[in-house]
Amino acid sequence: MKNIRLLSIAFYLSLTVAVTAQVPYKRIADAGAEPGNWLTYSGDYQSHRFSRLAQITPANVGRLKTAWVYQFKQLGRQETSPVVVEGVMYVSESPTIVTALDALTGRTLWSWRRSISPLVKTIGFGRSNRGVAILDDTVYVGALDCYLVALDAKTGAVRWETKVEDNATGYSITAAPLAIDGKIIVGLSGGEAGIRGFLDAYDAKTGKLAWRCWTIPGPEEPGRETWGGDSWKTGAGATWLTGSYDPDLNLIYWGTGNPGPDWNGDSRPGDNLYACSLLAIDAATGKIKWYFQFTPHDVHDWDSNQIPVLIDADWQGRPRKLVAMANRNAFYYLLDRVTGEFLLGEPYAKQTWAKGLDAKGRPIVLPNTEPTIEGNLVWPSLQGATNWHSPSYSPLTKLFYVAAREMGAYYYKGEAEYRPGTFFAGGGERALDGDKAYGAVRALDVTTGKMKWEFRLQAPPWAGVLATAGGVVFGGSNEGNFFALDAATGKPLWDFQTGGAITANPISFLIDGKQHVAIAAGQALFVFGLPSAGRGR
Amino acid sequence: MKWNRRLSLFAFFFASAIAAARPGQDRDVTLTADDLAQGKRVYVGQCSLCHGIEGVGGRGPALNQPTLRRAKDYQVLYNVIKNGVAGTEMPGAWQLTDREVRRVVGYIQSLNRVEASKLTGDAGRGRELYRAKGCAVCHIVRGEGGASGPELTGIGARRSAAYLREALIDPSASAPDGFLLVRVITRAGRSIRGLRVNEDSFTIQLRDDEDRFHSFRKNELKDLKKEPGVSTMPSYKALAAAELDDLIAYLASLGGPK
Repeated sequence: MKNIRLLSIAFYLSLTVAVTAQVPYKRIADAGAEPGNWLTYSGDYQSHRFSRLAQITPANVGRLKTAWVYQFKQLGRQETSPVVVEGVMYVSESPTIVTALDALTGRTLWSWRRSISPLVKTIGFGRSNRGVAILDDTVYVGALDCYLVALDAKTGAVRWETKVEDNATGYSITAAPLAIDGKIIVGLSGGEAGIRGFLDAYDAKTGKLAWRCWTIPGPEEPGRETWGGDSWKTGAGATWLTGSYDPDLNLIYWGTGNPGPDWNGDSRPGDNLYACSLLAIDAATGKIKWYFQFTPHDVHDWDSNQIPVLIDADWQGRPRKLVAMANRNAFYYLLDRVTGEFLLGEPYAKQTWAKGLDAKGRPIVLPNTEPTIEGNLVWPSLQGATNWHSPSYSPLTKLFYVAAREMGAYYYKGEAEYRPGTFFAGGGERALDGDKAYGAVRALDVTTGKMKWEFRLQAPPWAGVLATAGGVVFGGSNEGNFFALDAATGKPLWDFQTGGAITANPISFLIDGKQHVAIAAGQALFVFGLPSAGRGR
Repeated sequence: MKWNRRLSLFAFFFASAIAAARPGQDRDVTLTADDLAQGKRVYVGQCSLCHGIEGVGGRGPALNQPTLRRAKDYQVLYNVIKNGVAGTEMPGAWQLTDREVRRVVGYIQSLNRVEASKLTGDAGRGRELYRAKGCAVCHIVRGEGGASGPELTGIGARRSAAYLREALIDPSASAPDGFLLVRVITRAGRSIRGLRVNEDSFTIQLRDDEDRFHSFRKNELKDLKKEPGVSTMPSYKALAAAELDDLIAYLASLGGPK
C-alpha cells in the first residue's frame, strides 16, 4: 500500500515535470541520449527517424495492442508526426490545430486552433500540417495562411506570431519548423503558384526574422544565369519539408522543390538553380555553403524536398560525414556533407528518364522523356519514387529504409500563364494507378544503395517508416495497415488495420517506462504498446 | 485622339466580351483556327483514349453527335471537362488552363456532328432478351439484379454502342475495372476462385460465383493468382445478329436512374 502511494506521488510528480519541461537546444542536439522522448520532427537533427528503444523486438511485436486512440478535431488529411516530451505529446492537425495530449491516456491537456479561412490558398497541395517544433518552453507551428506561431508549451497560449509571406500570392506552410540554437527554421509551400522560394530563420524568443535564404538567386547572384529572362521571379523552389542540421558544422541541410512552371520548361531555359537541389546553409548567416542539384531543369515536378539523412560512416576505407537522400526522381544519392561532393547515385525504383548519372551525379537524360501535349509515359510519376513521407536509417543494421512508389504517369505539357496566387504549372499527368502501380518498403545498403530486401505494398505508399533498436521497422499503407517488419530481413511480423489511409510518419517513445509507437491514420492518432499487467494494457 | 482610342479599345473589348461564350451560350466564337488545332492536340493526347479519335466514342461516349447527353451546352461541356463527372471514369482536367479547356470545348463542338448512327435494334425486344438471357443474374439495372458484374443503370450514357457490342462478343477484351478474378489455394489445398472485393497488403476478400464472401490473410495462402483481363461473362456472339442489335439498343437506352 505504501509502495502504491509512493508510486502515485512519483507519477504525479512526473506529470508536474511534464507540463513544465524545458527543452533547451542541447537536449535536441543530443536527442539520442533520451530515446524516451521524440524531440524534433525526424527524431533527431540527423533525421534518422530511428528509435534507440529496444523493448519492442521481432519476438514480441506480434503482441502489440492499442494503448489509446485520439480522434482529430477537424476532418482533413492528417499527415502529422508528433513530438513527445516527458509524457506530453504535441500533435498538429489539419488545417492548423495544435493539441497537447497526456501521453499516458490520450486525454487533451490543451488545444489551440488558428482560424483558417476556406479562402486560404493551398495551390497544388492539401490543407495539412505535418508537425511542430519545441524549444525551451515554446511550441512552434507553421500555419496554412503562412504565419509562424509560437505557443506556450504549458497552456497553448500564443506568445507571438509572425507573417512569413503573403498567402494571397500562394505562399503557405505545411512543414514542421526546425528548432536549433535560438532560431526557428521555417520552410514554405507554394511551388505550383510561381512563388520565389526561400528558407527563413526567426529568433525563437521574439519572432524577428534572423535571415532569409532565397532558393532562387536574384539579379547579380551566382546561379541567376541558369534562368532565362525573368523566369527566376516565378522560379518556385519551395522548401516545404523539414530539413536536417549538423551542430558541429553548423550547417542546415534543406531540400528544394520543383522549378516553376512545373511541366513546361520553355520559359525557363537553363539548369534552374537551386530548384530540385539540396542546400547546405550556414545556420549563423543563412548563406549557401554548397548545393547539389539532383534534377537540373526539372520538367516532371520531382521536388527534392525529401528528408536529407545525415550519416557518419566509412566511405572507401575512411570515416566520412555523409548525407543520404532517396530522391523523388528514383535515385538514391550519397554526398559528402562537408563539401557537397557527389559520391554515389543508384536507382532504387523504376525510372525511365535517365540513362544513369555521370561522375558528378548529373543525370544523363534520355531523349523523348519530356512532357508533351499528347502525353509521354515516364517512370516515376510526378508523385515520385518517394515523396514527403520519411525514410529511416538504422545505425545498427546500416540500412536506409524507404517507402518507395512504383508508378508511372503520362506527362502532359500545357500552357503556363502567371497570375499571382493562381495555379502556375504548365501541364500535368495521368498516373497509372490501380493494379498498374504498387509500393514497397525497401532496405538499401547505405553506402552502396543496393537493395537488401523489400516488402511489397498493395499501392504506392504515403506513409513513412521508423526503424528501432529492437530490430523492427514500422510502416503504413494507403489501405490502413500499420505494420512491423523485421529490420534485418523485411519479414512481416505484425499488422493492424486502422480503418483509414495512413499518410503520416511513425514515432516511438516511452510511456511509464514502456516503449510505444504512434501513427496517424485516417482521422485518428493510434498509440500502440506491449500489454502489461499494470494498467490493463 | 486619346479619347477616341480609348473608345475604340472599349468597343473592341466589349465586342470580345459579347463574342466569348458565357453560361447558357452555345459557342465561343473568339476561338481561332489555331485554337481549334491546339484543342485537337490536347483532345488527341488526353481525351481520345476513351472518346475515340474525332469523338467516335469507345470506352467513353461518342462526342461527335449534335447533342451530348451530359453536356447540352457550352458551359456544361466546359464544366464536365474541367471538373469531371462524379461517379464515372471521367476525371477533371485540373492540368488544363482555362484557355486550354475552352480550346478543347471548341474542338469537340467543331467535330463533324452526325446524328447518332440510328441503332437498328429494338430496345423493347432487347429488354425482353436481357431478361430471357439471365443478364440480371449478374448485373443491376435500376436496383434490380445481381452484383457480380458491373451495374448497367447508366451504361448507355457511359459507353458507346460499338463498345457495348464488343463487350458482348468478347467480354475479356474489355474486362471492367473493379472486377478482378482471383484464384487462391489455401494451405489445406482448397481452391477458391472469385471476384476481388477488396485487398490490402496483408489480406484479400473475394466473392465466389455463389455470392459467398471469403476473407484470407495472404501469408496463410499457398498460392494467390490474379487473372487481369479475364471476365466471367460468357460471350454472346452466338446470338442472331438482330438479337444482338436489340440487346445493344436496350443497353444504349439506359441513361441512368429514372
